[in-house]
Amino acid sequence: MTLLNWRWDFTWEILPRLLLATGKTLIAAGLGYAIAIVLGLVLALAQRTPYRALTMIVREIVEFIRSTPLVLQVFFVFYVAPQFGVRLSPWMAGMIAIGLHYASYLSEVYRGGLDSVPKGQWEAAISLNLSTSRTYFRVIVPQALPPSFAGMGNYLVGIFKDTPILSVIGVAELMHAANSVGAETYRFLEPYTLVGIIFLGISLPAAGGFRVFESWMRRKLGMS
Amino acid sequence: MDLREPIDHRVAGRASLALYLQVRIFSKLGKDHGMSYFEFIAKYGDRILSGTLVSMMLTILAAILAIAIAVAAGLMRMSPNPLVRGIATLYIEIFRGTSLLVQLYWIFFVLPLFGITLEKFTAGFIAVGMNLGAYGSEVVRGAILSVPRGQWEAALALNMSSGKRMLRVILPQALLIMLPPWGNLLIELLKGTALVALIAVADLTFQAKQINATTYLSAQSFGTALIVYYIVARFVITPSMRWLEGYMKRKMGRA
Repeated sequence: MTLLNWRWDFTWEILPRLLLATGKTLIAAGLGYAIAIVLGLVLALAQRTPYRALTMIVREIVEFIRSTPLVLQVFFVFYVAPQFGVRLSPWMAGMIAIGLHYASYLSEVYRGGLDSVPKGQWEAAISLNLSTSRTYFRVIVPQALPPSFAGMGNYLVGIFKDTPILSVIGVAELMHAANSVGAETYRFLEPYTLVGIIFLGISLPAAGGFRVFESWMRRKLGMS
Repeated sequence: MDLREPIDHRVAGRASLALYLQVRIFSKLGKDHGMSYFEFIAKYGDRILSGTLVSMMLTILAAILAIAIAVAAGLMRMSPNPLVRGIATLYIEIFRGTSLLVQLYWIFFVLPLFGITLEKFTAGFIAVGMNLGAYGSEVVRGAILSVPRGQWEAALALNMSSGKRMLRVILPQALLIMLPPWGNLLIELLKGTALVALIAVADLTFQAKQINATTYLSAQSFGTALIVYYIVARFVITPSMRWLEGYMKRKMGRA
């Protein structure tokens, strides 16, 4: 059987290298997600100002980012920024691109959450004479976040699964490490299979954990 | 949706605004590099067009595969047989739990070691189709489960066989429910096809990369490709899905 081509000694040899790169993948996902969480909220709130032109422009930017491929956006940021005199390291460019991409997804999640806050909350805040920013940050956003948690969890797993795309500009994460192993040894079976197993081993428990967290959250909020 | 309504002027307006801004920005950029955007398009337009056609072909083939897999895996997940259910669950979890890029590389670089050598174009659309098929199967399952119980009972009361019940009663109604999420999935699928550039399939992303490598006109090459993807997603896929939805609704007398 062809599966006998699998070499365990080689597997043990490259495993530490791949696990080290897995750490970098997790860092990349975490940093990108941190950018996306903040920027996504900015994009969501920018669509709720009284300025219609701003709403339309932000809406269109979000749609644009959501409907074009991440890999092309990564190339764009990495190669076009220097034309404007900004030299970006692969890590910087990758974080900007993936952060922006997921910020546009998260802004939609926030938007759903913000829309789910009952109108009465707004009216109550107005009748208490709260300023707009106070209304948002003390009343509306705290209520909008819990219903968004499910979507936010999904996209955390999503961003983790999209980090291999950053290997195209030389971010030294897991996929990049597997590619280098393949290029050095001409063996692709072990590195690529291990990458798949590592991804499964992290994303399946994470997705399961989020499902448990979501149902716990729902019970806690009395939503189910 | 009423299909007799006029073309959405806001959509048309936005498309022309996007094109106008693109031309303005790139022609300014181009001057700095001694080539106007029009010259750029005149010189590389045919390569961008051929890349676009390859991307569209990939999208169509991957979509057919994804839909077939989604329906099969979605139905298998509802099977009373635990083995059938288990196979479908395993497939879905593997393809949803790993990256499309990992799957693509595995299919292209590792499968040949098992004696299955696929041409890169074939490997490309198979990887994208299998990946999106796994996501689509959940949509199919959700839509079938959301067909009201009374419909199942009515079909049972009419003594329909289970196959006939599924084909004639449940699936048509489920189809209507699942069309909007499929619109999103097809856009994800279009975006997914961009990754095949990494195994050197000459799609739109690949052409943009090549043009960038020879000319260093990064903003023009990648920017144009981004705009083309955007136009295909927003002004081809989304309106066609809306049309299909309206058509299905009228067919089923729910307009």
